[in-house]
Amino acid sequence: MGMTIGEKIIAKAAGVKSVKPGDIHTVTLDRMMSNDGTTHLTIDMYYNQLKNPRIADKDKIVFIMDHNVPAENPKTAEAHKKMRNFAKEQGIKLYEGQGVCHQIMLEDYVCPGELIFGADSHTCSYGALGAFGTGVGCTDLLYGIVTGQSWVLVPETIRFNLTGKLPEGVYPRDLILTIIGDIGANGANYKIMEFAGDGAHNLSIDDRMVLCNLCVEAGAKTGIVEPDEKVIEYVKSRGRKVEHMFISDNDAVFEKVYSYDLSKIRPVVARPDFVDDVIPLEDLKRVKIDQAFLGSCNNGRLDDLRVAARLLKGKKVKEDVRFIVAPASNEVYLQALEEGIMDVLMEAGAQVMNANCSVCWGSCQGVIGENEVLVSTGTRNFKGRAGHPSSKVYLASAETVTRAAITGYIEG
Amino acid sequence: MSKSRVWKFHNDVDTDQIIASQYLLLPNIEEMKGYTFESLDPDFAKKVQAGDVIVAAENFGCGSSREQAPSVLKALGIKAVVAKSFARIFYRNAINVGLPVLVCKDLYDDVEELEEVALDLSEGSITYGDKQYACTKLPELMQTILDKGGLINYLNNGEV
Repeated sequence: MGMTIGEKIIAKAAGVKSVKPGDIHTVTLDRMMSNDGTTHLTIDMYYNQLKNPRIADKDKIVFIMDHNVPAENPKTAEAHKKMRNFAKEQGIKLYEGQGVCHQIMLEDYVCPGELIFGADSHTCSYGALGAFGTGVGCTDLLYGIVTGQSWVLVPETIRFNLTGKLPEGVYPRDLILTIIGDIGANGANYKIMEFAGDGAHNLSIDDRMVLCNLCVEAGAKTGIVEPDEKVIEYVKSRGRKVEHMFISDNDAVFEKVYSYDLSKIRPVVARPDFVDDVIPLEDLKRVKIDQAFLGSCNNGRLDDLRVAARLLKGKKVKEDVRFIVAPASNEVYLQALEEGIMDVLMEAGAQVMNANCSVCWGSCQGVIGENEVLVSTGTRNFKGRAGHPSSKVYLASAETVTRAAITGYIEG
Repeated sequence: MSKSRVWKFHNDVDTDQIIASQYLLLPNIEEMKGYTFESLDPDFAKKVQAGDVIVAAENFGCGSSREQAPSVLKALGIKAVVAKSFARIFYRNAINVGLPVLVCKDLYDDVEELEEVALDLSEGSITYGDKQYACTKLPELMQTILDKGGLINYLNNGEV
């Protein structure tokens, strides 16, 4: 029986010829990532709970401070200190304030065919480069740090055959929100979401990052776009080798197959408090906003900043609206500076933050107050996600968010 | 068998609701646990008693991979979470920290908040009134990890 991309990656990591859904395998991890959301707890467990604390291979581990950078209070500063000291003592590579963890991993580490555990749910983003990235908790991550291994229950794969191209003014963000709206917040629970077809190959690498990043919002273990020449070009251009380009066999078994014609996708909005409460933008009764956010591991890349600059050029952010922009990484930030994007955004009245999780994480920057409304390119709109439990978050594309920053309303 | 009080939760309870982002960088779980379910019920941590159970509908624990979510529930003395279904990462994290998670399709629709149920964790069954509910069995490896009290104990016992 043939295998899907995800099954092939697990088989390689398990050192076996083939795997099938439902099997449990011990796997060797190619890479592990941990950010400041949980690393302080991992380190406490390492020192206080392990009988034999050890690190299997420090070169497979990356620590990234991105959630609360720079520290916003003394307790966070202590958590950061712990992470910084541990990284130094153990010789683990640490990034501090260089960008959102997934963007850095994609820019600097991820290779096709790798199995990567990250202590962050959006680790599923790595499928943009044909890798199997999945989010785990800090105990699972610690087990990986100590042994170099973990166990995986082989998930079933859902295939999404994409055809055509997205229309002008419609973005991969609209596509993945549409899919999540269709299949529901647990529509792919425990499953792999695999994207293929000419529509998938038409998407840029950055577009694929948007697509894979949100797969966890449908419950998926990971999202993977069938890798192609664009992946080879991206990975090689960044000085890395391409060794394992897996694609699904013709006789691979998919749990379900969906087809999407990209030319039919329209701008959408996910309404509070559920990512799968998705409706066409044109059907939304106009919503007055207090704040707009452009950024996050989903939508803080150059393409998104370019959209904002194009729309804002010569215009102003609406009075009484805060427009907060956080580039996904310093690399993105520097490119945006070079292109003059940041000049346009700042002249229009946007507040440009350092590269970090920012408003999406609802903890250290741009937190919103009682009954306030945020329109965001972030990953989630859960109750209280961006601040006060009574506040509301709408998720939309960079274009919809920027338009709302200009007019003060989300409207079609 | 001792009885457990039931706390009911709806579909798609996400990990931000279990423990909000702003508390995750506190130094330890003990400092975090007082904020459990704060956005849904600010007094939950005060009202809950050791031995209580959570009974939820579909997709409990969706969202972030924060292990603080099952950890605060365990620290408050929650005996188990029973749900129609769980989100993947929460389910795995719960077992890794030694918090029993039981998949049971029918209990949620029958039981009311603050009523009592009896849990038999070794059998994976629940009794409510005179009705018995069977729960889905865990794969052997996960059951072993849970029986040892979590993944750290499993690791320390040398079963690598």
